[in-house]
This record gives sequence, C-alpha cells and structure tokens, in this order.
Amino acid sequence: MKFGVLQFPGSCDDMDALYAARRVGDAELLWHRDRDLKGADAIVVPGGFSYGDYLRAGAIARFSPVMESVIAFAREGGLVLGICNGFQVLCEAQLLPGALLPNTNLRFTFRQVELDVIEGDTAFTSACQGARLSIPAKHSWGRYYAHEHTLAAMRAHGQVVVRYAPGENFNGSVDDIAGVCNEQGNVFGLMPHPEHAVDELTGSADGLCIFASMRLVVEGARV
Amino acid sequence: MRARVLIRPKAGILDPQGEAVMRALPALGFEGVSDVHVGRLVELTVDDASQIEPMCEKLLANPLVEDYEIVLDR
Repeated sequence: MKFGVLQFPGSCDDMDALYAARRVGDAELLWHRDRDLKGADAIVVPGGFSYGDYLRAGAIARFSPVMESVIAFAREGGLVLGICNGFQVLCEAQLLPGALLPNTNLRFTFRQVELDVIEGDTAFTSACQGARLSIPAKHSWGRYYAHEHTLAAMRAHGQVVVRYAPGENFNGSVDDIAGVCNEQGNVFGLMPHPEHAVDELTGSADGLCIFASMRLVVEGARV
Repeated sequence: MRARVLIRPKAGILDPQGEAVMRALPALGFEGVSDVHVGRLVELTVDDASQIEPMCEKLLANPLVEDYEIVLDR
C-alpha cells in the first residue's frame, strides 16, 4: 500500500511521518500546492505549524489545493490520519468534530504520554485493541473541545478512539480525549505523535500500530 | 469601508488567557476585576461589507468556539 504524506510550508513532522509510514508500506510526500494525491491509498496530515499557524492552528492549511483533494478523498471513504497540527487541520476542515484550543497551562508542552485505546475496532486501532500506548506529545494548542451534545453523539458512535490515561491529560482536553474519528470511521485525528514512536531506539515503538492498522484495512480491502 | 471584527471565546468555554490576566491584575494593585476574556481584533477595509460575515464563518473565526461581532466604522 502507499501512504501520501502532506507537506505544507511549516510542516515539521512530515519526514518522521514518511519514515513511520515506510515502516509498514510505501510512502510519498504530497506538496500542498498539488491536487494530485498520486494514487495514495491513505493520507497522513502531519504535525508542525502549517502556514505558520497564523490566525488559528490549521485554519489556513484547510484551504490549500491538496486539502481540497483530501476532503474529496475522505468523503469517498479514503483513510485520513491527522497528527497534531494535522488533527487541527482536519477539525478546521470539518472532517472531524470539535476544535483544538490552547492548553489550559498556556504553555508549549513536550512529554511522553500514556494513551488508552478506547475503540479498538477502528481502521486506525485494530492492531492495538485495548492497549495502553506510550507516545510523545508536543503542542501548545491541544485542548480538545466539543459541545456536550456532540460528545454524547460521538460516544454513542464510538468516535472517542483514544483517551489520555488517568493523570496524563496535561492540556485540559474535555473527557480526557486525545483522538477522535468521524462518524464513518475513515478519518482519525490525535494530538500525540505516533510517528515519533516507531522505534525502540527512541523509547517506544507503540505508534507503529496506528500505521499497521491502516495497512490492514487497505490490504484487506484488496483481497 | 473600514471594519473591525471582534472575536471572543464563546461563553462557557474555559479561557485560560483571560484567567491569567485576571489573576495578574490584583498583583499590580487593581482590585475588583472579574470576568476577563481575551480575544482577537481583525481590522480590515472592504468594498462590500456584506462579505464580512461569510469571511468570519469561513476563516476569521471558528464559530464552534468563538463569537464574533462586526463593527462598521463610519
């Protein structure tokens, strides 16, 4: 399978996402001005500070030419993973419910966090059902927020995919939410960085299971 | 036409910037301050003022978490 990793001016985790995706399949960078997704089977919207995050994190990137194609791809059921700034972009694009707000401590925070996989029956977590993952997080706008009635619908549809483990919610996210998917289950965004945790050399390879799960779905669909 | 768009966090959503400012004021001797909120101001000149609201909905604000107010300068 082939992952397409978006690259915006200001992306900084695109190369790590490319490296992580290549641990489980082929992967190629997709420049923000191009509309061609080059036959990618799944898209990764990486972390960083797309377009400088001017105005609001992710607000300008969502209007880029490549995002037009990604939005159409997602609407057709294509798998899209958004990490950190990518999660913010997907929320701004309304492919995912809710919004990301400044951390309650108003600080950029970088730390290893423990995540509980709440929904193991998704395209992004089938390889790590019920697991507790150790993955780094680094952001200043990571406080997930959605209205209570939205949250109720999300819980009912199994859209709260990963939560910060007890005591790990450092940014003040509602309901300890670290990552959510859309109702159809083909778009997933999370603030922590699975692409930075794909090799024991850096302390944890727990992030690989997200990419491996995506591969299972794409390869399974081909059989 | 010159216009200003005032963008604020929606009521009920935690505003840590506002809280930080509110906590700092008494330290400088300003007592009796409450309900502090910090937002953004966008100033712009437009030919057609009716475009400002769609601009706010699409880009200038995130209506999910922010309220906006359009003030036209005469």
